[in-house]
Amino acid sequence: MLYINCPHCGLRSQNEFAYGGDATVKRPELNKEISDQEWDNFVYLRKSPRGKHLELWHHISGCRQWIKVERDTSTHEIFKTYKANEAIE
Amino acid sequence: MSQDFRLDNVGMVNREKKISFKFNGKKYFGFEGDTIASALIANGVHLVGRSFKYHRPRGFFGVGVDEPYAILQLDRNNERDPNIRATEQEIFEGLEVKSVNCWPSVNFDIGAINNFLKMFFPAGFYYKTFMWPPSFWYKIYEPFIRMAAGFGEASIKHDKERYEHKYEYCDLLITGSGPSGLASAYAAAKNGARVILAEDKPRFGGSLLTSDVNIGNQTGVEWTEKIIAELKSMPNVVVKNRSQVFGYYDHNMLVMSERISDHLPKTQEYLPKQRLWYIRANEVLISSGSIERPLVFGNNDTPGVMLSSAAKEYMKVYGVLVGKKPLIFTNNDSGYETAIEFKKNGVNPIILDTRSNPSSDIITEAKNLNIEIKFSYVVVAAKGYKKVKSADIAKISDDKKELFNIENIKCDCICVSGFWTPSIHLASQSGNKSKFNEKIDAFVPDKSKQQENTIGSANGIFTLEETIKDAFDKGFDVSNKITEKNNKVSVPTVVEKKSTDHDKFWCVPLPKGKSYKRFLDFQNDVAVSDIELALREGFRSIEHVKRYTTLGMATDQGKTSNLNGLQLVSDIENKVVPQVGHTTFRPPYTPVSIGAIVGREVGKHSKPTRKSPMHSWHEKNNAVFVDAGVWLRPRYYKQGNEGLFEASKREAKNVRQNVGVCDVTTLGKIDVKGPDAAEFLNRVYTNAWLKLPVGKARYGVMLREDGIVMDDGTTTRISENHYHMTTTTAQAANVLSHLEYYLQLVWPELNVNVVSTTEQWAGAAIAGPNSRKLLMKLFPNLDVSNEGLPFMGYKEADLFEVPAKIYRISFSGELAYEINVESDNGYFMWEKIMEVGQEFKIQPYGTEALSTLRIEMGHVAGSELDGRTIPYDASLEGLVSKKKDFIGKRSLNRSAFISKDREKLVGVVPIDKTTSIPEGSYIVKDPKAKLPNPKLGHVSASCWSVEYDNPFSLAIIKDGKNMIGQKLFAMSPLKNKTIPVEIVSSHYVDPEGKRVRS
Repeated sequence: MLYINCPHCGLRSQNEFAYGGDATVKRPELNKEISDQEWDNFVYLRKSPRGKHLELWHHISGCRQWIKVERDTSTHEIFKTYKANEAIE
Repeated sequence: MSQDFRLDNVGMVNREKKISFKFNGKKYFGFEGDTIASALIANGVHLVGRSFKYHRPRGFFGVGVDEPYAILQLDRNNERDPNIRATEQEIFEGLEVKSVNCWPSVNFDIGAINNFLKMFFPAGFYYKTFMWPPSFWYKIYEPFIRMAAGFGEASIKHDKERYEHKYEYCDLLITGSGPSGLASAYAAAKNGARVILAEDKPRFGGSLLTSDVNIGNQTGVEWTEKIIAELKSMPNVVVKNRSQVFGYYDHNMLVMSERISDHLPKTQEYLPKQRLWYIRANEVLISSGSIERPLVFGNNDTPGVMLSSAAKEYMKVYGVLVGKKPLIFTNNDSGYETAIEFKKNGVNPIILDTRSNPSSDIITEAKNLNIEIKFSYVVVAAKGYKKVKSADIAKISDDKKELFNIENIKCDCICVSGFWTPSIHLASQSGNKSKFNEKIDAFVPDKSKQQENTIGSANGIFTLEETIKDAFDKGFDVSNKITEKNNKVSVPTVVEKKSTDHDKFWCVPLPKGKSYKRFLDFQNDVAVSDIELALREGFRSIEHVKRYTTLGMATDQGKTSNLNGLQLVSDIENKVVPQVGHTTFRPPYTPVSIGAIVGREVGKHSKPTRKSPMHSWHEKNNAVFVDAGVWLRPRYYKQGNEGLFEASKREAKNVRQNVGVCDVTTLGKIDVKGPDAAEFLNRVYTNAWLKLPVGKARYGVMLREDGIVMDDGTTTRISENHYHMTTTTAQAANVLSHLEYYLQLVWPELNVNVVSTTEQWAGAAIAGPNSRKLLMKLFPNLDVSNEGLPFMGYKEADLFEVPAKIYRISFSGELAYEINVESDNGYFMWEKIMEVGQEFKIQPYGTEALSTLRIEMGHVAGSELDGRTIPYDASLEGLVSKKKDFIGKRSLNRSAFISKDREKLVGVVPIDKTTSIPEGSYIVKDPKAKLPNPKLGHVSASCWSVEYDNPFSLAIIKDGKNMIGQKLFAMSPLKNKTIPVEIVSSHYVDPEGKRVRS
């Protein structure tokens, strides 16, 4: 079970969190004309990297904040965690 | 009954307390502190089971977790407990155990015929023997294999025992209380670290209990007692016996099972049977010790052949002799310790040492004690069927290939020692690679992967002096890292006998013309010949060899067999062991009972149960409840002999004719507040929200980004910047997460806050033509006329001095209102509604009537919004704004969504107007068409229409509305029904929606 450092609450066990997928995906702006392909990429296409991955976690049984976690998908090492709108290094 | 093999005044069992127990129905005696194994051996019993494949007699091989043979089934308080290791289970008064894998009895076992049919059970036999003819598989082979498989029988009854989970945090977890565990725990605890010391056995001390050493002028046992007593007195230390750390998981999370009541006749009051500890440790010291390796020779599975260290522990800890004419077969000095112990207890052992001319302190001591030692000697084969009676022994050449002078000597047990294998399981589970240590012929952990270090013999350190020194250092170092303190305790002086190198010999060659089975894996009957066969058949990877031959599988996971198996593979392949590598170690290290893993989460404790504030009223009024997500909701209120059908029909009818009241507390409620709340809702919902006036409610549908309907509900504008959103009961939590996602990550510029208020409000829906009259009486000072409180209107007023919110919304399609009060006032509200409603013939209605009412109105719910439908499928196109953008809008013009073939919502009525259509039925054109019958769609929800008094269903079918008027068929292969039906509009009752606006 992972040990995740919530930037708001501190170290908490994984069972307080819900996984939220790839954190690098950016939603297209509202009312913007975009191609089917662009929209498709946003809704469906995700990379599944082996190694470093920036992902979203939702601290649902804690502060209810969405956070970003930089994690190695093969070793589970967590390098850094960020608040929702913190700049990613 | 006398215990023929019990020594006087030796061992640590409590001679004051005699305990009786039953094995295979026969009564035996032992002492408090005995295991089943030690007590049976004391009584001269060695035959305890039959082997897995060949049903060969099985005795005891070890003395702890490594035991591959003595797996028994325990009956305790009328509960069956399979897979009990006799070497670990302590006896208690009234204990009953029996042998497994034998029939009719362990003494006379029909299955032993397999032993003579060996040719049918080679490696991978289940891919070979039982293949032909294929028709035999189902009726003959499978039942046969199922009967033969497994150790013991699991109970099918509900386990009444309590198990619990515990979460714990510590600076340092130490897994094993042998010399390295004790020393490091002491050093770290003295330096202020919070320490947990876990020991799987009842007694602390590990090898110190049986070795003849001296630490700080005390015996091993005395030193152990002193350290444990001091650790127990320290507030920063938790010391646990009967506790096995069996799994090492990510981020230094370890799991330990504590056997609290397994050694007692009955689980103590207020205590669980077992407790599972989830331990998050800053640092871990793995001190799990090492397990003695067997030597491989002919019939080495005969009862009476056992590990030499086990024989020593039976003597020193339990005061029990495993035999009175022992043969010690060893390739190292450890066997000598056992021999000396025998000698001290008046028994004359013979030592066969594979080495030609070793010399060390302990060998000299054995010689001085006049113990007979034969150098360059081996056991060729054990003789005897149910117990060792003699052994063929021989002199072996220096190259270990030739046997000379084979002779038979009498003996009643053969104690083998093939040197030691470090238990690297936990380190390996942590992610460590292992490295091969040539000196000890075994793998030891390589670089640490997580915050862990391996110490003592688990790390391949076999001298006590080095172990103690290293453990004191490590204990200090890791505690210093955490506490930054410098309280160093001095390392005690250690006196031990020096030993010399072991012989890298492990397998006795077969004498010419003999074909003895030489077993590697004792639990799974894997012999040398099986591995040879697997390699001949082309299996190369050690992982494949393992699966094909079952080497190292099953409950003991090859604790005694793995290394010898690797040796054999590397010998045949002409490789060295590290080239072959070992199979992956995975948790659990020892079997864990399912009950402990499940813990308290059984039955109704497996999820929380939520009840509305009116729950006790429903109970008092004969409500039959149904699980709705985590909530309990009244399904119907039983009157007299009514069943579900009659009661729900009566309740629904009463809503259509008079007035009914339904507990809607469970609906999800979310407060949406902030200056940008309107803009936010406008983006979340498919319809327009910017112009909703204060004091008005609106129905809305929200989508996922892929265009699928996520949820629906009404949201009310309470004030300028404050909205009250409702969600379905099931989606409440998901919708909140969804809103938070967009507010925190996608549109952080919106100044809006959301918070769940589901539990803050109790809700009652009053529905039916009489509902306005009832409302007038409940709120005499409020204008509730159609003009004063129109459809989708909202008012605040006092209900008998209790503040209430009134929403004129309807799910039933009738004139209806929802009243919300603070939860604490929910019961009061409900009673008042019932009391005042008497004169209007009010009746409460449950979820079944609620469903009936919405289905015949064609209102969609979870069964239609099932994660596959878009708004157009569910007749919700009127709610999809053409003008503005919203979540999921861009997906709605995907070609699949605008296809003419899209399945859409319709109503379905059986032609005979009497046969109910099972939910899930397929709608087809021709019931006799060739299978697979082309499916037009499916029936999503069914009810008995109280308006028309006939069955009515909703269905989602291809070409939807254009099919109205067609005569088709509803088929339910599950219920074996084919029903002729007519497709009608989904708005079966009041299609113009006059009633809700009346």
